[in-house]
Amino acid sequence: METISQVNRRQFLQFTGLVSGGIMLGASLNVSGQANKLIDVPPGTPSEALAFNLFVQISPDGQVYIVVHRSEMGQGIRTGLPQVVADELEADWQRITVVQGLANNKYGSQNTDGSNSIRDFYSKMREMGAAARAMLVQAAANQWQVPVQECFANQHKIIHKPTGKNLGFGDVAVAAALLPVPKLAELTLKSSDDFKYIGKPVPVVDLQNFVTGDTEFGIDVDLPGMVYASIQRCPVVGGHLKTLDSKATKAVKGVLAVLTIEPTPLPAAFNALPGVAVIADNTWAANQGREKLKLEWDAGANGTHDSDEYMETLKKSLQSDGRVVRSKGDVDRAFDAHTHHVSAQYTVPYLAHAPMEPTIATAVVNEQGIEIWTCTQNPQATRDAVAAKLEVAPEKIVVHVTLLGGAFGRKSKPDYAVEAALLSKQLGGKPVKVTWTREDDIQFDFYHAISAQQYKAALNENGKVIALEGRTAFPSISSNWSLDANFASDGEVSLGFVDMPFELDNLRLQTHRADTHIRIGWMRSVSNIQHGFAINSFVGELAQAAGRDSREMLLELLGSERMIDLSQSGVKKYGNYGEPIEKHPLDISRFRAAVVAVTDSAGWGSKTTADEGWGLAVHRSFVSYVAIATRVKVSKGKVEVKEVHCVADCGLVVNPDRVEAQMEGAVIFGLSIALMGEIKVKNGAVVNSNFHDYPVLRINQTPAITVTLLQGSEIPGGVGEPGVPPVAASVTNAIVAAGGPRIRDLPISGHLLV
Amino acid sequence: MMKLNINGEIHSLDADPEMPILWALRDILKLKGSKFGCGKGLCGACTIHLNGQAIRSCVTPLAAAEGSELTTIEGLSADGSHPVQQAWLEHNVPQCGYCQSGQIMSASALLAYNAAPSDTDIDTAMAGNICRCGTYPRIRSAIKRAVEIQEAK
Repeated sequence: METISQVNRRQFLQFTGLVSGGIMLGASLNVSGQANKLIDVPPGTPSEALAFNLFVQISPDGQVYIVVHRSEMGQGIRTGLPQVVADELEADWQRITVVQGLANNKYGSQNTDGSNSIRDFYSKMREMGAAARAMLVQAAANQWQVPVQECFANQHKIIHKPTGKNLGFGDVAVAAALLPVPKLAELTLKSSDDFKYIGKPVPVVDLQNFVTGDTEFGIDVDLPGMVYASIQRCPVVGGHLKTLDSKATKAVKGVLAVLTIEPTPLPAAFNALPGVAVIADNTWAANQGREKLKLEWDAGANGTHDSDEYMETLKKSLQSDGRVVRSKGDVDRAFDAHTHHVSAQYTVPYLAHAPMEPTIATAVVNEQGIEIWTCTQNPQATRDAVAAKLEVAPEKIVVHVTLLGGAFGRKSKPDYAVEAALLSKQLGGKPVKVTWTREDDIQFDFYHAISAQQYKAALNENGKVIALEGRTAFPSISSNWSLDANFASDGEVSLGFVDMPFELDNLRLQTHRADTHIRIGWMRSVSNIQHGFAINSFVGELAQAAGRDSREMLLELLGSERMIDLSQSGVKKYGNYGEPIEKHPLDISRFRAAVVAVTDSAGWGSKTTADEGWGLAVHRSFVSYVAIATRVKVSKGKVEVKEVHCVADCGLVVNPDRVEAQMEGAVIFGLSIALMGEIKVKNGAVVNSNFHDYPVLRINQTPAITVTLLQGSEIPGGVGEPGVPPVAASVTNAIVAAGGPRIRDLPISGHLLV
Repeated sequence: MMKLNINGEIHSLDADPEMPILWALRDILKLKGSKFGCGKGLCGACTIHLNGQAIRSCVTPLAAAEGSELTTIEGLSADGSHPVQQAWLEHNVPQCGYCQSGQIMSASALLAYNAAPSDTDIDTAMAGNICRCGTYPRIRSAIKRAVEIQEAK
């Protein structure tokens, strides 16, 4: 039944701490068109606002409040999703206020990862806007007593077509909110020709605040009576505290308490790491006190982990029996029949996310419940992790999402919020802010997996590839939940490995064993990082071995314009980024178009100086297609990246300026990985500590970047991640073209000056 | 009691003179536009002006600020009208926004002593400010635009 529920606002706001006696009218449209009884209105929505559905409220003065339920970490989602709602609503962008949603399952997934927000919620946001528009139009028709077909919405007004009379959104907001919520099937969505905001470079809603420093990130949360925590964690995963001497710490001015966080048995999940927390009346005092702790740890079984030795273990594993994940033709016979073989091994080290804002959380835990303020990509997981650890019902927990000062996957794992909650509980409900230092961020990450891969191909006398075998080994993210996970999961294999797009009669792809010794996590584009690097590097090697142009070799391997059916080559589970393959097929025409466009953009084939060269790579991830062409100079053992051309086909684009910005950022993120990214582990503990020994790209190392957008589909694809995977191989391929060495082991800084 | 001149106002505070300016700004004076990024002067997120020069407030103790004029992002202009801020708006520079107050403070310090910086001058002056989102291309173009805005004023 679709009904409007009239609910005391106090009920709505029972978890938000806002006090209001106002009445609000609510109905929420979910996908089935059913009305929900309760609306959870996030703070920031005024009490007089009227709810049209979970995402749209309108106040009688006409101001439209749009809830964004996804986290803003620089991708522009607090602008992109409201653009879609406002367009369908026919709202005036100047009269929109964006409100950040609390953790709430009713929104659907709030896990802001996987380049999902627009592709998963584009249609839903259109429906939310269209439903509210229909209610406003109906209310105006009712007031005028005219047929609804004679009325339409435009720029925050309802207009009666025959007479031209109009009413503002605010004029009919109360009456409209009382109307039944339209059924999904009854909604009329706008024609794309009439879009006002979708597809336009709307400036981000937080822009003015960003440039004046008036923003609230996780680090900026400030509560009355709040204390500050700095935590020394056990340096090895699975270890625990042996001895603690905090005498010198307690003598530091401003230090209030020293508390311990007990270990949780492995697997690591999102649990707080064991540690000793210094509580003080300011961040600096907490850090000073922490430096004076005298601690001894028992490292446990992972205390012998060494990343250099482990890389050799992975390479050996590649020679052992693997699990075949895709097979076509007869690879072994083809290798026997064609004796021109090319083979190569590629490695990528552990990597850290290093967002500019480290992980930070503030918590209040008392008898009334739990309230958390934090920079999280995943407020529901934050709530659930805290609920599980503190044994509190999830409904008793409110999670406020601040702005995120970068995230790249790190802030989807809420171990830091669990820490804050545990400490507030120990302090009898005092608000506690846990601020990770940069050293904490680098040393206690969920790391991008270290990896080794091996590719082998047989070429015929014309330099055409007849057979190809690929092997991959890396510790799985699944190890966070299962100690038995010692092969890459189907999901990870789906990230740019099993979906290799080449048209080959003989192909075999297999995964190999890899045990886990530190926490492994998603990092911007995840396993696509190593797979995009290795496969595109190997194409470069094949071209070189055959004495052919690498663009020609790449286009030949991609083959004819077709949709790839992986089930034909024995792939049992292909994730396709959670999308149905019919909606987002593996479309070779889009690969080819991206390669052609990027080589046109770069002027592929034009002459360079002898010490310069171009490199090329293409990769599909998160159902988007990105090709990169890079020009480098190699001179006196130093590589300089001069120029990067990026062509991205992300399907339908909501905000082209933000998509371009994401591609610029992805190129730079990819260059950090290619040129200098490397986390080392010795005796189970991470060796790196800050930006001096875990460098990331700086402005003086940044090339000119040209971004071109293609639209190969009317459906949106992912944006935040797909720019990263092709970057590294475009650089290493270019280095060879510039007369430099073939670099198969990242980072490049291990071989050349950068 | 220490007396600090911040954004033209005198603030008295009871704090350890060794405390880095950043934490006094953020935790005591609640001026939170300046950000923590590394604590070692490596990333520039905490950049403010001390007598017009860009400094890293995470490694500069309060003792160094007494008798000097400090400017933070909150005091760069009353309303976001500084040429650098205006250029940042025009070029949609920020992504996550976290490092941007530090970027803007470094860029405004550069333009204060070099009204027409070359590409190399810009890269050199801004090399201490990390942006993990990768807004560097737009920072470069926005600084050039800020030069034009500054000239027109």
